Amino acid sequence: MSEHWLVRPRTIRRLWRVFIAILALTVLAGGVVDAHPHFAIEGLSGFNALYGFLACAALILVAKAIGLVLKRPDDYYDDDAR
Amino acid sequence: MTLASHPGLWLIAAAALLPLLGGRLRGAAALAAPLAALAFAWQLEAGVHWRAGFLGMELAPFAVDALSRLFAMIFALMAFAGALFALNQPRRLELSAAFLYAGAAIGVALAGDLVTVFVWWEVMAIGSTLVLWSAATPQAYRASMRYLMVHLFGGMLLFIGVAAQVAATGTTAFEPMALAGPAQALILAAFLVNAGAWPLSAWLPDAYPEASWSGMVFLSAFTTKTAVYVLLRGFPGTELLVYVGLVMVFYGIVYALLENDMRRILAYSIVNQVGFMVTGIGIGTELALNGAAAHAFTHILYKALLLMSAGAVLYATGRRRCTDLGGLFRTMPLTAACGIVGALAISSFPLTSGFVSKSMITQAAGDEHLFAVWLALAAASAGVFLHAGIKFPWFVFFQKDSGLRPPDPPWNMRAAMLLLAALCIGLGIFYEPLYRLLPYTVDYAPYTGFHVVAQLQLLLFSGLAFFVMLGWLRRTLTVTLDADWLYRVLAPGVVAVLGRALGRAMAVAGALTAGAGARIGAHAQRLYGPHGPLARTWPAGAMGLGVMGMLLALLLSYYLL
Repeated sequence: MSEHWLVRPRTIRRLWRVFIAILALTVLAGGVVDAHPHFAIEGLSGFNALYGFLACAALILVAKAIGLVLKRPDDYYDDDAR
Repeated sequence: MTLASHPGLWLIAAAALLPLLGGRLRGAAALAAPLAALAFAWQLEAGVHWRAGFLGMELAPFAVDALSRLFAMIFALMAFAGALFALNQPRRLELSAAFLYAGAAIGVALAGDLVTVFVWWEVMAIGSTLVLWSAATPQAYRASMRYLMVHLFGGMLLFIGVAAQVAATGTTAFEPMALAGPAQALILAAFLVNAGAWPLSAWLPDAYPEASWSGMVFLSAFTTKTAVYVLLRGFPGTELLVYVGLVMVFYGIVYALLENDMRRILAYSIVNQVGFMVTGIGIGTELALNGAAAHAFTHILYKALLLMSAGAVLYATGRRRCTDLGGLFRTMPLTAACGIVGALAISSFPLTSGFVSKSMITQAAGDEHLFAVWLALAAASAGVFLHAGIKFPWFVFFQKDSGLRPPDPPWNMRAAMLLLAALCIGLGIFYEPLYRLLPYTVDYAPYTGFHVVAQLQLLLFSGLAFFVMLGWLRRTLTVTLDADWLYRVLAPGVVAVLGRALGRAMAVAGALTAGAGARIGAHAQRLYGPHGPLARTWPAGAMGLGVMGMLLALLLSYYLL
């Protein structure tokens, strides 16, 4: 069975290019639409893009840190059987 | 009004009737009952329909306004979609249990007084536990017992709170309460237990994923959203809820990011989504309350869709762990597509139902100039896309090729997924009918260029973060300790340690006292036995001498003292 077209490296490279183009478009569109921000910071161009990226990076790091302390093998609770 | 006009009773009657039916008749009844409930909920007119007296209290078991009608409608609609999905579930107890559970949830939504709320509250706990039991695995049974303990504890808090409230105010009316004393605090705590508020949230990801492939679809819809409803009615604008909600939002994201079990990912994301609603209730403006109510409505649909998609995978493969799954889009295209629609809706992508509801809550935070809350909600919106919007479809349907080639599920499961997918997109485009059902008049336009572009930036760059940091998100065969560790490991551990200490103390005491009884017996035998000095027969002369000695001692003491 040949590889599904969606998982071929060429398709994935193309998808990345399209994705980056869309990312750029959303940032550019931010300058065009009629802004009505609640807070000064919201009006900065590309604020939501940067904030979304940084928030997610921070969440992943926090999860990683918590995981270091609280992760256990997934049969951890198996012996609480009664 | 007659009994038949109460939508919840339709479902409960069906729950009683279904076990007696078989074949097509059973399927027809299972689909007709929720449709009848939906039709009656649709037609409900505002006002108190039933009044009753109980122990000298005035009850209103059936009272309707816009808010209760909204929740009665979505609960009935959900019961229909769930029944369609579960038609081929061989365990026949489950659908009856689910209808009892859904009927009780409608009962809470239509309860005009706190006593009626309490009664339906407990019926819900029973119905949901029965849904868990019908999975019939030892894991599900043990999880259901932990689940039941938490909910009976919550029910007890509610009972004490309601009793205190009725004693203090003399009325059972279920109206907005100020958090003024222990009565209201207990009622609020009971509501929050069912909402899945941290730290008593661990019951949700502990129990729900143990249900059958169709059971969790029902479980996701009713308990937490009934809690949202009672919070909306009882505690709008209670500031504490803003913080409770934000903790839930971030707790859900972080734990879902760490999770490997696809259905536990979705369970944590229920807590996350209910957190948005609770925050909205805490903000308490008309826009925020409308947003919370609308978000509960849309959430029930897209979360059920996500769980149907996960349920279809579980049905076809018997696997739940992301590490065992992947690449299923090849042979389950419909399930994957519907899962993606649900994932986009939960992420509040423009043109989906989540966008038209959640953006109201964020907007309300902005309107109130709650800068920190608004920033947190925006970060959380990005985080939703991260933990549910991409993570769920990516690890289940794409990721690596797991080699599994299961087919899409049977027609009824496909139909249920298509119905909900259509509703998720339909409500995202034609949102006016939903807005008209909301408790307050809506003066809000979701689709402004600014809203759409801001949301797209937030979400798409969140997606960029996901793929850039994919190495950090690799799934491992792990669980993450949650608050349930306290009652699954710590408390039994403490009891075991105390038990062992008590055992040792008993052993030491036993060793010290061993033979003591025998020694006491021997001593008594020596003194009082047949030849003991105190029991032997004495000669009369010795007796007379003794008495004389005593008299002499008495005489002496008489003269000397």
